[in-house]
Amino acid sequence: MNLFLETLIGGLLAGTMYSLVAIGFVLIYKASGVFNFAQGSMLLFSALLFVSLHEAGVAWWLAVLATVAALGLLAVVVERLVLRPLTNRSPMTLFMATLGLSYAIEGFAQGAMGSGVHALDLGISDVPIFVGDLMVSQFDLTAAAVALVLVGVLALLFNRTRIGVSLRAVADDTRAALSVGIDLHRIWQIVWTVAGLTGLVAGLLWGARQGVQFSLSLVVLKALPVLIIGGFTSIGGAIAGGLIVGAAENLAETYIGPAVGGGITSWFAYLLALGFLFIRPAGLFGERAIERV
Amino acid sequence: MPNQPASPLDPRWAAAPAGAPIQFVAAFPHARPAFAAAALVLAPSLLGEYWINAVLVPFLVLSLAGIGLNLLTGYAGQTSLGSGGFMAVGAFATYGFLLRTELSFPLALLAGGIVAALVGLVFGLPSAKIKGFYLMVTSLAAQFFLEWLFLKVPWFSNSGSSGTISAPHLNVFGWDAGTPAGKYYLVLACVAALTWTATQLVRSQTGRDWLAIRDMDTAAAVIGIRVTAQKILAFAVSSFYLGVAGALWAFAYLGSAGVQSFGLSRSFQIIFIITIGGLSSISGCFFGAAFISLLPLLLDFVSQTLFAGTLDAGLLQNAQKFIFGVLIIAFLIKEPEGIARLVARLRTRLSAWPLRF
Repeated sequence: MNLFLETLIGGLLAGTMYSLVAIGFVLIYKASGVFNFAQGSMLLFSALLFVSLHEAGVAWWLAVLATVAALGLLAVVVERLVLRPLTNRSPMTLFMATLGLSYAIEGFAQGAMGSGVHALDLGISDVPIFVGDLMVSQFDLTAAAVALVLVGVLALLFNRTRIGVSLRAVADDTRAALSVGIDLHRIWQIVWTVAGLTGLVAGLLWGARQGVQFSLSLVVLKALPVLIIGGFTSIGGAIAGGLIVGAAENLAETYIGPAVGGGITSWFAYLLALGFLFIRPAGLFGERAIERV
Repeated sequence: MPNQPASPLDPRWAAAPAGAPIQFVAAFPHARPAFAAAALVLAPSLLGEYWINAVLVPFLVLSLAGIGLNLLTGYAGQTSLGSGGFMAVGAFATYGFLLRTELSFPLALLAGGIVAALVGLVFGLPSAKIKGFYLMVTSLAAQFFLEWLFLKVPWFSNSGSSGTISAPHLNVFGWDAGTPAGKYYLVLACVAALTWTATQLVRSQTGRDWLAIRDMDTAAAVIGIRVTAQKILAFAVSSFYLGVAGALWAFAYLGSAGVQSFGLSRSFQIIFIITIGGLSSISGCFFGAAFISLLPLLLDFVSQTLFAGTLDAGLLQNAQKFIFGVLIIAFLIKEPEGIARLVARLRTRLSAWPLRF
């Protein structure tokens, strides 16, 4: 029973990290209808930039500020050079563009800052602590707390600020939002910056775990089933999906994995997502599209 | 075609002015494919072994894979990121038939393609309920599951180390196709036959049903097209093409292949081929595959001549990746219908040359 609970809790905590990556997706999908495959490379780029600056002797707060500024710049560049010329194109075209974008960002980031593995120490010790007689990773707990804070901040941003209201307006009905004078381009830039920020947070947490290196950009593949389960349009769904995927993946690897030779985490989440889709074709919290002929 | 009025956009339009460079071709509409065919058949006697085995063979195989995905995505409108996985099924199934039965290579290839089609049919089942990006993400389930399966179950690779399969003797009904020219002709024959089949297929009732489904599946259902059956058929046909391409990739091009030859990056590569070449265009697959196979060579050549030896390999690779990504975006912005459209436009331009219109 203890093993079961420990596996479950470990999975849930790891799931919050998936949620962090998925939230970046949801933000961009809601505001611009773009399925942003480049989220993973944005994550890699921001974490790599932070580590490189930090290793060059820049104080950490200054490095964070510089990285945030770079993410803002990236958002503006992407909006100007990619999104604006592709306005009103099919969602598939936009997806392909973000695929190209992910190649460009990865090539640029690794070309400029090297493709070696950088160690990243956030000062959170990774020793397990005991809650009752359950062993829980302290690092996972901290990461989950950070994710919670981030979600809280995002909720405040969306519900209490002018930017948040215009953002929700754009997500709800782009044309109506345009007609009341909301600057769509500005909104896109802000959304991509915010998505980049969630990417930075996720990148730092994942990077502290496994080192800042190319494989960080593959985290995006972990976030896709999370999106499917939660639905592309719901932040709450991204969180719930992350928790479900994290827990199910950990339990499956512990209980089913040994029987079939292990390594099933690469596809188990996808199979789970497929199962969910058969019951809810637009995810748990996604909006179901109504088609008119 | 005496009953069809000539369209002003048709390059064979009779009013092409004298001296137009395309006029010869315009006068003989079948001359162009004939030239291309002659060039491809004569290639081994004209080009060196490097060009045949390292450029032409992968180009042809990638074109075939592109046609496979284009049938599914460009014609039937179902997006898939699982192409690499289906190629792996074709390769491993063909290997199994060669190893465990006495089949000649073409028959084993056909059987391997059919196995891939059946697997594609199974993974196409969700398309009955799921659409768009949701379907695309679930196709990743196929990709990752198949990769894992061939890596973890030693039976498929006959216990080869880390799932590697090697080309056995390539025997085509008694003729030895193991030589460089033999492999090339084998690939050329397969690609030619399957390309012809694809051009006929997309003009048939099935192809038209697929186009209707791509444009709007609800409307297609309303006019009486059996949407679910056609979608699943599209998955099966597409996987057949991808499976054959995968087997050719493993045995005619690489010689020995592992699961990593059919990873997610292969799926992306094939998507790039059909996007750059042109969705819903068979000839576009060839343009796209040519672009994808020649661009790295070109970038290599340019960097070799400009900065010979001053740049290290890692930086060069990343620079290539960057340039590749930027080119993809540029293409999507400037010519969303791909190189096929560019070529068609060029032809109409040339047929009116030197006039502008």
